[in-house]
Amino acid sequence: MNVPKNLKYAKTHEWVRVEGDIAVVGITDHAQNELTDVVYVETPAVDARVEAGKECAVVESVKAASDIYAPVTGDVVGVNEELGSAPELLNQDPYGKGWMFKVKMSDPSELNELLSPDDYSHHIGA
Amino acid sequence: MRTAETLKRTPLYAAHLECGAKMVAFGGWEMPVQYSGILAEHTAVRERVGLFDISHMGEFLVAGPNAERALNGLLTNDVTKLSVGQAQYTLMCNHQGGVLDDLIVYRLEPSVYLVIVNAGNIEKDFVWMNTETTVSVIIGNLSDRFAALALQGPAASKFFDFSATLPHFHVQRHQVFDKDCWVARTGYTGEDGLEIFCEAADAPHLWRMLLAKGEPFGIKPCGLGARDTLRLEMCYPLHGNDLSEETTPLEAGLGKFVSFDKGAFIGSDALVEQRAKGVGRKLVAFTMAEKSPPPRPHYAILANGRKVGEITSGTQSPTLSVGIGMGYVETACASVGTQIEIEIRGKRFPAVIQKKPILKKGP
Repeated sequence: MNVPKNLKYAKTHEWVRVEGDIAVVGITDHAQNELTDVVYVETPAVDARVEAGKECAVVESVKAASDIYAPVTGDVVGVNEELGSAPELLNQDPYGKGWMFKVKMSDPSELNELLSPDDYSHHIGA
Repeated sequence: MRTAETLKRTPLYAAHLECGAKMVAFGGWEMPVQYSGILAEHTAVRERVGLFDISHMGEFLVAGPNAERALNGLLTNDVTKLSVGQAQYTLMCNHQGGVLDDLIVYRLEPSVYLVIVNAGNIEKDFVWMNTETTVSVIIGNLSDRFAALALQGPAASKFFDFSATLPHFHVQRHQVFDKDCWVARTGYTGEDGLEIFCEAADAPHLWRMLLAKGEPFGIKPCGLGARDTLRLEMCYPLHGNDLSEETTPLEAGLGKFVSFDKGAFIGSDALVEQRAKGVGRKLVAFTMAEKSPPPRPHYAILANGRKVGEITSGTQSPTLSVGIGMGYVETACASVGTQIEIEIRGKRFPAVIQKKPILKKGP
């Protein structure tokens, strides 16, 4: 399972890429593999307030709907509009074109609560 | 629900793991939900061929000079219409007309029938049939001794020469890769195909040989995930979702599988009365508009802003790439073309009631 070294991870299988005070969020390779064929993605609205650890998006496979949790607190400043017509990007490129939303972090110290790549690999038994 | 330790496994359990299956609990069994992916498996069956393990289904043998009379008293369809070698879809109701199970009856010999029941209902059906039958008959539960494989898809007819003389909804005894089997031209996918009933011990051999023989056709092992999307596109009901003891065959739109002129059967009084009064709700099929979340069981169905029913089965149709489903709605809102809404996470999404089947094709 691919766990890039430049990202931080939530135990609930979201990844975060830090760009200044912006956190780019998506789901991990492990998560997309477990969910299987993604057919619908509901991202949060731009300007919505998301809170670390709270559900803020939904990813649906053929079989089931799964909640996605915000890894950090802040305001949503961008969402991946392409997922509306191409939800399969989450399966095909979970760390690239399959990114979900961007959060302007209100408390960047929350990043310290997230897992390192090694700890996340351990968490998923990889 | 049983815990993982007590889930039953079919004789193909090891074969599934070898094929890379994700296993899930279903009806008391540990079954493959998918191998390569539901969408790819679904497409293989619609366009080429797929192989399913359906050994979790129950096999009963009903035998004796009164077998026909016994089945006609227990089931809704008229079993006397079956010639030897024919199959029939039928329902088993309780005394209130509620559906205990839906099943397929195969007439193997003049007074021997093979009855296929749903995995989760095996014990319940077996006790019910033996308790409720009013004539002397042998009803044997051979579910643990049989395995069953479903070979489904347009290429399924190319595997064996006997397919040329095995008509749709018929069953025959054949040697399949040197094993004695009953082979039926039936299935749960809407495609042409075979269901092969064999000794449990022979199942791994047949599984391997069928996959090898199917390689030139692009065969895929298929799990319960694809089985569900395939059957739902055809609007075949699933007992436990679309049928239950709280719903009747008439409400489910399955009246053509209820014989009102064959004489009394369990549930017939209630069904005769319901037919005279009319049903208050109907099982309808619907499609969602594009770019809606997939519909799921228990989501509310609304018409004119008011809740008129609930979804019993729903998914994203791999063939049509839109959400599809079935559910019971008030009869006044059940006609084809009615605009409805599905409530998903507090939002309402448009849908329209469709004629069944949703996918317009068939063998």
